[in-house]
Amino acid sequence: MAEQFVGKASEFKDGERQIIRIGEAEIGVFRHAGEFYAYSNFCLHQGGPACEGLTIARVEERLRPDKTSMGLFFSEKDMNFVCPWHGYEYDMKTGAHISDPRLKLRKYDVVQKGDEVYVVA
Amino acid sequence: MDLIADRGRRVTVEELNTSKLLAHADKQARDRKFEDVLIVDTDAHHYENENFAEILPFMENEVFKQLALSSRAKAGRGNVAPTGFGYQDMGGRVTRYPLRATEKTQTGRQRDAQLGDRWMNAMGVDYSCLFPTGMLNIGLHPQAEMEFELCWAYARWVTEVALPDCNGRMYTMLCLPFSDPEGSLRMVETFGDRKGVGGFMITSVREKMAVSDNAYMKVYRAIEERGLAIAFHSGPNWGSNTFQSCNRFISAHALGFSWFNILHCTNWVVNGMGERFPKLPVLWIESGLAWIPFLMQRLDHEFMLRPSECPLLKKKPSDYMRDMFYSSQPMEIQDMEALETTFRMINAETQLVYASDYPHWDFDLPSTIWDLPFLSDKARHNILGGTAHRLFKLPPRNEGQKANLVKYGNYVGA
Repeated sequence: MAEQFVGKASEFKDGERQIIRIGEAEIGVFRHAGEFYAYSNFCLHQGGPACEGLTIARVEERLRPDKTSMGLFFSEKDMNFVCPWHGYEYDMKTGAHISDPRLKLRKYDVVQKGDEVYVVA
Repeated sequence: MDLIADRGRRVTVEELNTSKLLAHADKQARDRKFEDVLIVDTDAHHYENENFAEILPFMENEVFKQLALSSRAKAGRGNVAPTGFGYQDMGGRVTRYPLRATEKTQTGRQRDAQLGDRWMNAMGVDYSCLFPTGMLNIGLHPQAEMEFELCWAYARWVTEVALPDCNGRMYTMLCLPFSDPEGSLRMVETFGDRKGVGGFMITSVREKMAVSDNAYMKVYRAIEERGLAIAFHSGPNWGSNTFQSCNRFISAHALGFSWFNILHCTNWVVNGMGERFPKLPVLWIESGLAWIPFLMQRLDHEFMLRPSECPLLKKKPSDYMRDMFYSSQPMEIQDMEALETTFRMINAETQLVYASDYPHWDFDLPSTIWDLPFLSDKARHNILGGTAHRLFKLPPRNEGQKANLVKYGNYVGA
């Protein structure tokens, strides 16, 4: 397993992402809430650039105890990233599709050495 | 450029470059050696409203032209053409919608032609049938006169300005002003022989449209006599009474695209149009495929009970449906066995034609057909382009494509 340099942590702002290439692999590296996450950039749907689109909080529908709907809300804790081709939406922390968690993007380990960030691929 | 995400948060993304956005499609095309496969996209789009400054002057009637040009002179004075409700861009998640204006093209050539080259080259598509976007709602216009004027102006612009700039890689099926049967006939007679016209299209999104009305028989006859095809292009209409109970766009979209073609296909079949115009190729566009087995079974069932209501039919409704053509997108690849059954029921090998619907949000790449595990090589080639080659007489673009057309029995000459 090789380590691929991504960038300096001090220059990698929260909410940003970078796309790195290792051979045929393309990997999207996100920084979200201080943590780094890295996933294959090939969408499980039709192969789109899964990591190059919008990051957006998960939409939730909240119910009252009597099962009536309170309406739609952006999640306070769950962030997604969205393939820009068709809108396949993945959980930032797991890489799982939010409609079918069995579908997961390949996840890569991210290691930090001092101020340097590496992806293990 | 920044896109607006949750709670007004901004996410920085690069400006749009279609070739770059579709880089993975380009890889798929190279991996599958699509260069040697004639691929015809039977349903691609542009945003004709971006060209209204060029299109509207082609309107014939001076009064309607003045109304249309005046309404566009200053923003906020009303719409020339009907618009629909909805969120096609999914709140900016499908980034090519909000970024569209940022894409750079060169001067001196139609922007739509340049964008078309980019997506066709990336996907490995050789030819695309160019359809409008907003005008798919033209059937909702309350004025038949304005419907005719807009269809006429668009037909002149697309055949005289747009298509000639596309290096022969785009053709069209011209939108008919179906509320005006005489105007529709005039459109066929005027534009039917023009270069790049493969047939005529009826927008399915219409609340009141009897495709079997006697007034239309001369229109169908004129299309059939010219060896052209007719298409019904579907769409959603969230504003329709039928969909007023849908509180989410997904519901109106999922149902609407299938519903309007289900409605008109039913009327087409039970009124014996297949018997009246047996040589007229009929395409049903952008409804997906799952509706077809449903309708076949439903109509066959009732036909066996109520044949006296369909006296023109000499075989089952599903047999007439198998004589017609269907565009593949948006193909419901969820249950592979169900999809395989659908392909069998519609004789996909000869009746299904590939469509991308690009740049709309639920486009399909050619790989959606190519990678299906149950297809024969002949079926792959037929669906992706061989059948469309026979329908629209589109020449192969290289010797490899020609060899494959010959190999699978599709070649009808250049």
